Amino acid sequence: MIAEAGHYALVLALGLALIQSVVPMLGARWHDVALMNVARSTALAQLLFVGASFVALVTLHVTSDFSVVNVFENSHSMKPLIYKITGVWGNHEGSMLLWVSILALFGGLVAAFGNNLPLTLRAHVLAVQAWIATAFYLFILLTSNPFLRIANPPIEGRDLNPVLQDIGLAVHPPMLYLGYVGFSISFSFAVAALIEGRIDAAWARWVRPWTLLAWIFLTLGIAMGSYWAYYELGWGGWWFWDPVENASLMPWLAGTALLHSAVVMEKRNALKVWTILLSILTFSLSLLGTFLVRSGVLTSVHAFATDPARGVFILLILCVFIGGSLSLYAARAASLKQGGLFAPISREGALVLNNLFLTTACATVFIGTLYPLALEVLTGDKISVGAPFFNLTFAPLFVPLMIAVPFGPLLAWKRGDLLGAAQRLTAAGIVALIAIAVLWAWTYGGSSLAPLAIGLAVFVVAGALTDLAERIGLFRLPFGTSLQRARGLPRAAWGTAFAHAGVGIALIGIVCETTWNSEYIGTMKPGESAQVAGYELKLDDIGQRQGPNFRELVARFTVGLDGRTLSVMTPSKRNFTTRGASTTEAALLTRGASQLYISLGDIAADGGVAVRIYHKPMVLLIWFGPVLMAFGGLLSLSDRRLRVGAPKPAKAARALQAAE
Amino acid sequence: MRRALAAWALLVAVSLGAPAFAVQPDEIMADPAKEARARELSRELRCMVCQNQSIDDSEAPLARDLRILVRERIAAGDSDRQVIDFLVARYGEFVLLKPRFNPHTLLLWLVPPLVLVGGGVALWRFGRRRPAASVAAGTSAHLTPEEESRLAGLMSEDVPEERRS
Repeated sequence: MIAEAGHYALVLALGLALIQSVVPMLGARWHDVALMNVARSTALAQLLFVGASFVALVTLHVTSDFSVVNVFENSHSMKPLIYKITGVWGNHEGSMLLWVSILALFGGLVAAFGNNLPLTLRAHVLAVQAWIATAFYLFILLTSNPFLRIANPPIEGRDLNPVLQDIGLAVHPPMLYLGYVGFSISFSFAVAALIEGRIDAAWARWVRPWTLLAWIFLTLGIAMGSYWAYYELGWGGWWFWDPVENASLMPWLAGTALLHSAVVMEKRNALKVWTILLSILTFSLSLLGTFLVRSGVLTSVHAFATDPARGVFILLILCVFIGGSLSLYAARAASLKQGGLFAPISREGALVLNNLFLTTACATVFIGTLYPLALEVLTGDKISVGAPFFNLTFAPLFVPLMIAVPFGPLLAWKRGDLLGAAQRLTAAGIVALIAIAVLWAWTYGGSSLAPLAIGLAVFVVAGALTDLAERIGLFRLPFGTSLQRARGLPRAAWGTAFAHAGVGIALIGIVCETTWNSEYIGTMKPGESAQVAGYELKLDDIGQRQGPNFRELVARFTVGLDGRTLSVMTPSKRNFTTRGASTTEAALLTRGASQLYISLGDIAADGGVAVRIYHKPMVLLIWFGPVLMAFGGLLSLSDRRLRVGAPKPAKAARALQAAE
Repeated sequence: MRRALAAWALLVAVSLGAPAFAVQPDEIMADPAKEARARELSRELRCMVCQNQSIDDSEAPLARDLRILVRERIAAGDSDRQVIDFLVARYGEFVLLKPRFNPHTLLLWLVPPLVLVGGGVALWRFGRRRPAASVAAGTSAHLTPEEESRLAGLMSEDVPEERRS
């Protein structure tokens, strides 16, 4: 009954989406306020029905109703409750339902909080949202229905892929989808602007918070996924340049560029055409990511769908939306007027440079991810493009970008003073040089590149602080005045500083982890110990334990430093009986920002166990950086200017402007 | 206890069909310098049956065979280049995670620099051409006076930019 209700609710949502796709457009054309307002009600009702459908699937999973295929294939009655819930989106059908639920959520948010939007714009935006929603409802209902029943219900389910039975699944996919799908809003705004043929700074002001929100979630989602891979997969890697990771990195890079170009557009009314294009590209890359992951074109842990019918359907969606929006762009972009002049050396110029490098980085990831596919289709030749390629091409692009980051906020709009900015950055430069010198002396004979990279990162962090210090007049004005100015500083300024500092901090983590990582690989018997980076790890014993739906082999290590006992670490290896698969549960010991990492291998015939122990210096900074970036984004989002968005009155008379 | 562990190990081995992790203790070469070279090379080589994993990361039996092969070649006195050539001759270009620069991969290697240079040139030309065009078009001719005032209202809510020349 619940399954049928969920199915029915989804069909109703499709019906609502179809209405929302057409009626508001007609309303905008005929200047009919009532018809345009239909969008608002349908968007909210869609949220209600899709929400009901999602709740239905969650209920089925929680109650372990194995008469439903989706539950049977991905759940087990003994599975802990949290994984019964997260298992809802740990499979293809459920994850697509989560996708449309989030789409409906964003549509509902625009409908609920878009009162200050011009009525025609809101009608168009919601109509475009409904087009996307329609495509994905059809996709789910026709190829990936999570509510299908089994004629003869089995008594037990097949359990969820053990790798996914982790708290990471509760956070990573929803965050990522909030990011991916969040960019649909800027896409819809862009398409609406193209349909209306007009765009202004106020448009950018409405789009920016939505883009920022999506970007925050995507940043956190990627960082969370990276940390999850780091502790779950058992060899301590945190980024693999896997096509699926690249699929999430591309919208992030394009979204970051969009965030910056939207600032120029809002402040200076320039870069309109480019901002529109970036909005389209960012969401197109999100769709491409969905296609790459869901179609089975790339087989990996993420690709639980390998049904070609699904692949073809998503490819069709991809072609219609990307092709359609780009054609519309080609036809209408010329009619959008350019505004706001600026000299090359200016805040705008710096943001354009940022866009150039981020776009190139995005193009690099794009070609590296898709080239092997294209080559194989066209010539039949198989090549691999992996981490060494990306490290060689991607990293050099970030060096000039990072050097430029501290200059951007210090340049004035329209016409900046590069020399002045450089003077103000002298202190930051000196700090960076000192960092390089100290590190170089400390690690003498080691990598010569690492100290330089860290120096660059220090420069970015110090540059972000310089910007704040300059704005509040620290050391220049009396301390009280500075404090007062700090309080009065727009939150967006704080946000910029935090986000930029986050980039530098993440770089420090990345360089330290890749350069000064130490490891021990060996077979250990109880009573033996290993030395890693000054720590002594003694294997006390090896035992077994029974979990709810797995058995595990647990090793107990005592960690000592300079003869003192610090802590006990218990890495384990779990064997899931239902699926016959196993996972390594690494043990982590955090010391400051560094971590000790132990993962277990197999037991040898003589009773020894294969062990990998790593010491990863400053590794936590890799994820602390993105968290700081997201925090900066959140600060910007809470800025009064963005919250106000636009003045209240959406009076009928004013809202009835012509759509030209 | 020992017996239980052995049984456990057997169970794991049978049910998994693959050993548990990448570089195994018994593969490691005695000479640390050679081992370091082997690790370095392993990171550039693909485990062909895996999804985008280097043989250094992979748990698959094939990756283990390749790791042992790399170490054998190094032990036999091959240079890094010779080891790579040997593997490419045996398994084709697919084994390389960083494709070689040749006609087939021309586009792959050239797109990043071309986008950067092309974008830079386009910006430069755009910057030179634009002033005249923009002045001709007028910056806000397409807004109605009502919208102009509304926009001005919006913009005036800004906290003024601080001291910037």
